[in-house]
Amino acid sequence: MEKQGTIIKVSGPLVVAKNMEGARMYEVVRVSDHKLIGEIIGIDGDKASIQVYEETSGVGPGEPVYSTGETMTVELGPGLLQSIYDGIQRPLPLIQKQSGSYIKRGIDVPGLDREKRWEFKAVKNNGDRVVGGDIIGEVEETSLITHKIMVPPSISGTIKSIKNGSFNIEETIAVITDENGNENNVMMLQKWPIRNPRPVKEKAVPNRPLVSGTRILDTMFPLAKGGAGCIPGPFGAGKTVTQQTLAKYCDAQIIVYIGCGERGNEMTDVLMEFPELEDPNTGEKLMKRTVMVANTSNMPVAAREASIYTGVTIAEYFRDMGYSVALMADSTSRWAEALREMSGRLEEMPGEEGYPAYLGSRTAQFYERSGIVKCLGTDGNEGSLTIIGAVSPPGGDLSEPVTQNTLRVTKVFWGLDAKLAYRRHFPAVNWLSSYTLYMDNIKDYWDKEISPEFAQLRTEALGLLQEEAKLEEIVRLVGTEALSPKERLTLETAKSLREDFLFQNAFDKVDAFTPLKKQYWMLKSIMNVNHVAQRVIEGEDFNFDELLKLPVMERIVNAKNLGANAEDDYKKLWEDTEREILSLRKA
Amino acid sequence: MQKEYKTIRSIAGPLVMIEGVEGVKYEELVDITTASGEIRSGKVLEAREGMAVVQMFENTQGVGAFGSKARFLGKTLQLGVSKDMLGRIFDGRGRPIDGGAEIIPEDKIDINGNPLNPTARDYPDDFYQTGISTIDAMNTLVRGQKLPIFSGAGLPHARLAAQIARQAKVVKVDDEGNIKEGEGNDENFAVVFAAMGVTFEEAEYFTSEFKKTGAIERSVLFINTADDPVVERIATPRMALTAAEYLAFEKGMHVLVILTDLTNYCEALREVSAARKEVPGRRGYPGYLYTDLATLYERAGRVQGKAGSITQIPILTMPEDDITHPIPDLTGYITEGQIVLARDLHKQGIYPNINVLPSLSRLKDKGIGKGKTREDHAGVMNQMFAAYARGKEVRELAVILGEAALSEADLKFLKFANEFENRYVKQSENEDRDIIKSLTLGWELLKILPRNELKRVKPEHIEKYMK
Repeated sequence: MEKQGTIIKVSGPLVVAKNMEGARMYEVVRVSDHKLIGEIIGIDGDKASIQVYEETSGVGPGEPVYSTGETMTVELGPGLLQSIYDGIQRPLPLIQKQSGSYIKRGIDVPGLDREKRWEFKAVKNNGDRVVGGDIIGEVEETSLITHKIMVPPSISGTIKSIKNGSFNIEETIAVITDENGNENNVMMLQKWPIRNPRPVKEKAVPNRPLVSGTRILDTMFPLAKGGAGCIPGPFGAGKTVTQQTLAKYCDAQIIVYIGCGERGNEMTDVLMEFPELEDPNTGEKLMKRTVMVANTSNMPVAAREASIYTGVTIAEYFRDMGYSVALMADSTSRWAEALREMSGRLEEMPGEEGYPAYLGSRTAQFYERSGIVKCLGTDGNEGSLTIIGAVSPPGGDLSEPVTQNTLRVTKVFWGLDAKLAYRRHFPAVNWLSSYTLYMDNIKDYWDKEISPEFAQLRTEALGLLQEEAKLEEIVRLVGTEALSPKERLTLETAKSLREDFLFQNAFDKVDAFTPLKKQYWMLKSIMNVNHVAQRVIEGEDFNFDELLKLPVMERIVNAKNLGANAEDDYKKLWEDTEREILSLRKA
Repeated sequence: MQKEYKTIRSIAGPLVMIEGVEGVKYEELVDITTASGEIRSGKVLEAREGMAVVQMFENTQGVGAFGSKARFLGKTLQLGVSKDMLGRIFDGRGRPIDGGAEIIPEDKIDINGNPLNPTARDYPDDFYQTGISTIDAMNTLVRGQKLPIFSGAGLPHARLAAQIARQAKVVKVDDEGNIKEGEGNDENFAVVFAAMGVTFEEAEYFTSEFKKTGAIERSVLFINTADDPVVERIATPRMALTAAEYLAFEKGMHVLVILTDLTNYCEALREVSAARKEVPGRRGYPGYLYTDLATLYERAGRVQGKAGSITQIPILTMPEDDITHPIPDLTGYITEGQIVLARDLHKQGIYPNINVLPSLSRLKDKGIGKGKTREDHAGVMNQMFAAYARGKEVRELAVILGEAALSEADLKFLKFANEFENRYVKQSENEDRDIIKSLTLGWELLKILPRNELKRVKPEHIEKYMK
């Protein structure tokens, strides 16, 4: 590391240095004698503006700046899974070992363990031709996930040598000779700059649902694997619980969870809970498929800005192996605020509400890193990266810049509602304002895998809920007596939808996760009442209380407690519903 | 030897620009001597080559461009800490104002603190009984939580905070329903109190309250009243939290920190930000308000391998009772819930006037239930929330349609809402209702409702507890 420049200004996380002739944008530098980690974010002549990822108190003009010649990168390779990183990929447990309970400055720890040896199994042979992205070997990283070792994107040629055995991540596992006869040593460790998306062969249109086990999300507003969704909501509406439920139960193979500027205790909860939790599908510990990035609100603000990119680059790396990856970012508003803070200190011209004018393009760049892709290489692998960002609009006001910029680039909107949360209706996703644009993409999958009538039932159910909102206005003015029997039926069905289908307890072991098939059965049980009852109520003076007192109604309330494979029980329930309701018909 | 500079170039509000300086560090402390010999202190807000922007803790009256001298002290703002601070009263910058001797510090600590590593934290899950039903049963506080009180001008938040400080203790309920006291209630319990820009009377209320109950022996008070320097307010909560961290994590005490009033603190931040001509965020508050508040609120919790804990109760008054105002809004995004006080309940003569619907405790789930409080706690809580929300809706409906038009079930919900406010929310300032009493009273109120509407409680709990 050589000395390059001299500090001439310090203002919070922004440091300006002179004599920085060789500096390049986004180069990593070490600031002052404390060797604080910083990144160059602006150049003016020989002066460079540096955002510093650590606390700068006690730093002053005249102190040195050291160049490293590298851009901000993450380390990729075996050892990522089950890790807990700060915003710039320093493992938090290692930081704790070095500096105790508090995070002190100038700590330098590598993202991946250099000592640990991994059992490398080659899947290619000497003499094979390979291109960037080809999988040349495998490492059993956890009992759940096989880590695939890929040829770095920039290398192609013929394998000169490759060997099985036990290696650490810096040892050569293969030598590849390129067209010009140059030999490239390939090791398991790769580095990638966090602000550049990793290359893919081509992007495809998402066509399979990401199943989370949360009924209002999966059935009413489904998100596709490889899609992008956002969860805006005021505080206390349940953003974090929703994100965590997704991280726990969604059917992606790899989870990257970014706690960006959120609460320390909440992160601790995640850190303590995840290693205990079991995957409902495999029975394995959930942590074995998870990478966490935790930059809590009191940790340095510049590292918060980087945390989003650190997380998404790691996610892309697993996507390139052909895995389906889901990334949760909680909350992107804190990332935007970090941008605003740095922008303000750079004295840039502000856009709306003090946010920089490039907020929109940065947001779009981030969400566009999602997608279903054909991976590089000749193996024809397909991977997906789904991004779900929480947004924390001030005062719950969705017209603010971060929400609006996010809505432009995400296709699923799960709007959380404080009023529902006050009533303790969870998940507090508002069924009137939320939407999905993936319904057409995944309808084929639903038709084939679940039932051809599922999509139809969903549309009807959403229609009923919409109708309910209108009718409630009328009821408020004139009372229920003024409603026709058909309208009363709508109200009753909508109530049943809300209380017995949409309401879900994330803290209840059984209720927290409902497989998609079971969601269909439950929905059908409720809508079935509506369908059958329509046949009896018309015309005559119908007594609603009799309908509500039928024994089958109690069973519909408890339908969520039927087993996940209890198709026959549900079928029986539908038959009984039909019989009991039709028995009300006047002889 | 430190150099003195006579090169003050400009003064704007609390900011002083000094030229020709060398070797100045960011956040370094500065003493400025006025022409008449008074010493004022400040800290470096921006260090440039040959220039420093200094933010004064005291007013800049008497500081001039000529005749005043600045001296850079080469250290950041520190607090000398010791266990002897207990029972003492300090000003907003940590100087004793109770007439007692100076503290002989065991250690000097930078008041900004360092961020706690999330992997080093221990999750707070010890039920903290306050003796107030609406908190214990509905918005449960746990030890190590940060739970602010969102109040408004003229509401009794000070009385509520004092009552919590008086009654808070860790308890556990065994399977037979007997309440047992947990560890750390007496000799290891301490209160750290910071007043920022409050009136003399409010500060006096707390001091005399602590003196009256003898709690002063276990308390450390930092007082910055409304007429004290505005900028000093920015340092005050950091002083208090530094003392609290020392007591909790070095001395193994369980510390309850009360900060009042955060609104004044944020106003002070805005004042400095405006003087620096920074680009404002919402309502003129600086764009880094969230980050700044987080560096205060996040200094609460428990640490693995350490005996003590810090529980924070910040108080803020919402301007115009507006919960979407940036101060309560950003606070709510950082703290683990909030206790919201309601003006209408206060006008009805109900104390404590806690509006449970927008109130929330995010850490309650791990602190309640079997082994902590009682198995039926979660069910009773959710049922009361749902029923009270519906009861309030019915009340609005009754205003439009008249009570005669309400259905039988709706009338019961209305009755529930009324009883809930008058019997459950309302309690006297000295009433220390234990958790079993609160739950029992909850069941009593739930009896008002039709049985088939009790969907959030388990049937077996209805059999067992509803008598």
